[in-house]
Amino acid sequence: MSQLHVTTKINGDETEFLCEAEDTLLDVLRDRLGLTGTKEGCGTGDCGACSVAVDGRLVCSCLMLGAEAEGRDIATIEGMATGDQLHPLQQKFIEMAALQCGICTPGILVAAQSLLERNPDPSEEEVRYWLAGNLCRCTGYDKIIRAVMETAADMRRAS
Amino acid sequence: MALDDTKKTREFKVVGTRPDRPDGIDKVTGRARFGADMVAPGMLTGRILRSPHAHARIVRIDASKAKALSGVKAVVTRADFGEVPEDVADVLDNCMAGDKVLYDGHAVAAVAASSPAVARKALKLIEVEYEVLPHVTDVDEAIKPDAPVLHEGRQQETVPEGMSQNVIARSEFGHGDIEAGLKQADRVVERTYRTAATHQGYIEPHACLATMGSDGRADLWVCTQGHYMVRNTCAAILGMEQGQLRVTASEIGGGFGGKTVVFLEPVALMLAKKAGRPVKMVMSRSEVLRATGPTSSTSIDVKIGMTKDGKITAGFAELRYQGGAYPGSPVDMGAMSGFAPYDLENVKTLGWDVVTNRPKAAAYRAPGAPMAAFAIESAIDEAAKGFGLDPLEVRLMNGADEGTKASYGPTYPAIGLKATLEAAKLHPHWSAPLGENQGRGVACGFWFNFGGDTCVSLNITPDGTVTVSEGNPDIGGSRASMTMMAAEELGIPYDQVRTIIADTGSLGQNEVTDGSRVTFAVGLATIKAAEAAKKEMCRRAALVWGIDEEAVEWEDGAARPAGPNAGKFPPMTLKEIAAIASNTGGPIAGHHEVNAEGAGVSFATHMVDVELDRDTGSTKILRYTVFQDAGKAVHPSYVEGQFQGGAVQGIGWALNEEYIYGDDGILQNAGFLDYRIPVASDLPMIDTVILEIPNPGHPYGVRGVGETSIVPPLAAIANAVSEAAGVRMTQLPMSPPRVLAALQAKAES
Amino acid sequence: MVEVLLWGSLADQAEGARKVEVEAATLRELLDGLGEKFPGLRPELERGVSVSIDGRVYNDSWFQPIAPDSEVVLLKRLKGG
Repeated sequence: MSQLHVTTKINGDETEFLCEAEDTLLDVLRDRLGLTGTKEGCGTGDCGACSVAVDGRLVCSCLMLGAEAEGRDIATIEGMATGDQLHPLQQKFIEMAALQCGICTPGILVAAQSLLERNPDPSEEEVRYWLAGNLCRCTGYDKIIRAVMETAADMRRAS
Repeated sequence: MALDDTKKTREFKVVGTRPDRPDGIDKVTGRARFGADMVAPGMLTGRILRSPHAHARIVRIDASKAKALSGVKAVVTRADFGEVPEDVADVLDNCMAGDKVLYDGHAVAAVAASSPAVARKALKLIEVEYEVLPHVTDVDEAIKPDAPVLHEGRQQETVPEGMSQNVIARSEFGHGDIEAGLKQADRVVERTYRTAATHQGYIEPHACLATMGSDGRADLWVCTQGHYMVRNTCAAILGMEQGQLRVTASEIGGGFGGKTVVFLEPVALMLAKKAGRPVKMVMSRSEVLRATGPTSSTSIDVKIGMTKDGKITAGFAELRYQGGAYPGSPVDMGAMSGFAPYDLENVKTLGWDVVTNRPKAAAYRAPGAPMAAFAIESAIDEAAKGFGLDPLEVRLMNGADEGTKASYGPTYPAIGLKATLEAAKLHPHWSAPLGENQGRGVACGFWFNFGGDTCVSLNITPDGTVTVSEGNPDIGGSRASMTMMAAEELGIPYDQVRTIIADTGSLGQNEVTDGSRVTFAVGLATIKAAEAAKKEMCRRAALVWGIDEEAVEWEDGAARPAGPNAGKFPPMTLKEIAAIASNTGGPIAGHHEVNAEGAGVSFATHMVDVELDRDTGSTKILRYTVFQDAGKAVHPSYVEGQFQGGAVQGIGWALNEEYIYGDDGILQNAGFLDYRIPVASDLPMIDTVILEIPNPGHPYGVRGVGETSIVPPLAAIANAVSEAAGVRMTQLPMSPPRVLAALQAKAES
Repeated sequence: MVEVLLWGSLADQAEGARKVEVEAATLRELLDGLGEKFPGLRPELERGVSVSIDGRVYNDSWFQPIAPDSEVVLLKRLKGG
């Protein structure tokens, strides 16, 4: 049983880890690096709770192998705030009660951030389709959609 | 204990506002620790081997090869558990099968190993010899006299002789004379309705981390709706004393009733005991769907008699609910709640509890009520529309009010049903025009709501901030509402209070977070604990001032002399009293322990517009409005959230979600791809209207809100789809193939 | 005497009576009295019931007072999610 040595960048930090060939990126983040903010809801890419950005692209970390992180730049929920300064999306989710239990929240925030990086002025329909891969069972999505759209409006005004 | 607080008309300062939730930052930064997020030194991975058969006798289990595998530290089967008390016997059998496996996914053995990979390999090395038995998964099949029988000798005395042993219990409710009522009717609608089993669909799979020492003391970290229930159940199953098992609740990633029972926890403790090391167990999504606690599938006959003016002359329903492999489907709750929104002279419901080869049903948000409401509200709608009557007016005409004798027996105190119907009638949604292929539906719903055992401890720190300890996992913002009620009662700002969820070693018994009880019961105990602390602070101020403690009152966060005779002293604030607590007798705290009975019932009316695609049979939800009585909305954003979440779970139940079993009794869609819950792009915004008809049993008038919101949507959507399709839909889910078939059948007829 | 309304299938176990009378001033006396007077009710009482007293539901509170003119309805034990 020989483990693979991987060098990658996570939330801006150079990171090295050893993993089994079969370990997913999600396994590595949670079980080897202690980054448990990324959640496992299904392990089959259906729920989006494990969403991370890899080289700026939104992926389900349960569908990518840890070994594939070699040389990549990975962004997880733990890197979303800057020090004690929350990202506007994080702040708005709290203000607008866009979470109930909070298990889907990290994945939804990572996905929403990825949307706003591409499209600073999304329509409601665009937000709904972008987040269609992120399941939330508590909120009925209403407050989540509103929070994303309001954040987008705030960020447009601020820029 | 009776809760006869006279409702004061009061101006609220904190209650009714929308502050940021105290656990918000943890939950948006990934810091919040859920069930699977905990680790312990030397921790092992626990995994469960599950039955590939729907019904089989276990002839032999040989785990010798697994035990011999390097890295395997323990193997557990039913043989490791001793005799257990009768009230947890089914729970244990569900966690680890005895002589028989009763459903696809039933646990038969478990391992603890040094890594997930070793654990997986070990499971494959466990040899189980089965004698496969005939099985039954459909409720109507299971009640047939020649159906395969799951259990002998479990039938209750309420069931007439000659019925299948799978029929466990009968319950009957109502009053009046159905036959006489039907004779007065101008039209009788009589139909059979069916609903598929659905799952709560919480996004966080079950997870726990168990440790147990050789001295018998154990700790458990677990994602649950009730860690006190976990403690009591596990202690009974493992033959431990409750005080020796400390359970800490993790943050919980959804439950909706599905985390009110144990599945992994006794097994994790047994593995930890045998291995002498901490054991972490986390379910996969397919395990969650195959082997936790979905709701019943049902088959319901309804007969409604109505006069041409819309008066319901008789209402009858016979409900058959399969509750999976063990007795205890929520059919009695369905039978009691289905006609509860109406004031009926003649009403009767008959419920049959049936076992089948499926996982044991757990509670799911107002357990049993949505299916009964689907059937009954559909029939009422059909009867009303048959006379060309307005379905809202018909519901108002027959609606229950204060003084109505409920279909399940009691006479209602002040209730909010008609307020929700009136609000619905006046809402612009009701008069908005509809286009082609569109339909609008309405339906009402009812839920009982509970209280139960509750403890709250409120402590004043030396600097005059306040900590509240409560024993109910925060599943949707309840820390915020407790903090708000404590701040309200003490007259201090919201940010001066911090609420935590205490472990089982820190408080007395607490009922599970269920029955929409937390804001009501824990809120009540929080208010009472704050009152106790206020009384003590008034006493301290009286000591300092040298006056009678009766001459001191609490107002706006400070003790004040009451009345002109008490003397002229400037108010002493909470912070000032806290600072001298050591000098005036010691630390100051308030606590309250109560079995909070007397919860107020709650009603809702839902309104929905749908559009059908006649080529595919798919249904689009265009517009949705919830009208519900909250008693008093403590944090309106989270009340709206409960309304919206319940409505959308109902949308899933109505349109997509279903457990699909093959002829082999194996679940065919054990994943989120094929068990499809609503996603953001399926939905419109969910509008909400909060009505506030105070509950006299709570100092602030609070009623539970969590469960009622899932009761009306199934029927409201069915009524809307039926209108759009021109065909009465009687079976859920109304999936595209089913709607298409109904449209084609209509076109051919 | 307190008049207690029984649900249908329970009435069958109480010699068919939908309404029965027992001497009781508290919830505990009521439940004990029912079991004594109608042994057929005992299995259901042992499985657990809820009791509505004047429109409020009680599960366990033995010493909840019951007035002679109270409306008392025996219910199936309520469950929630």
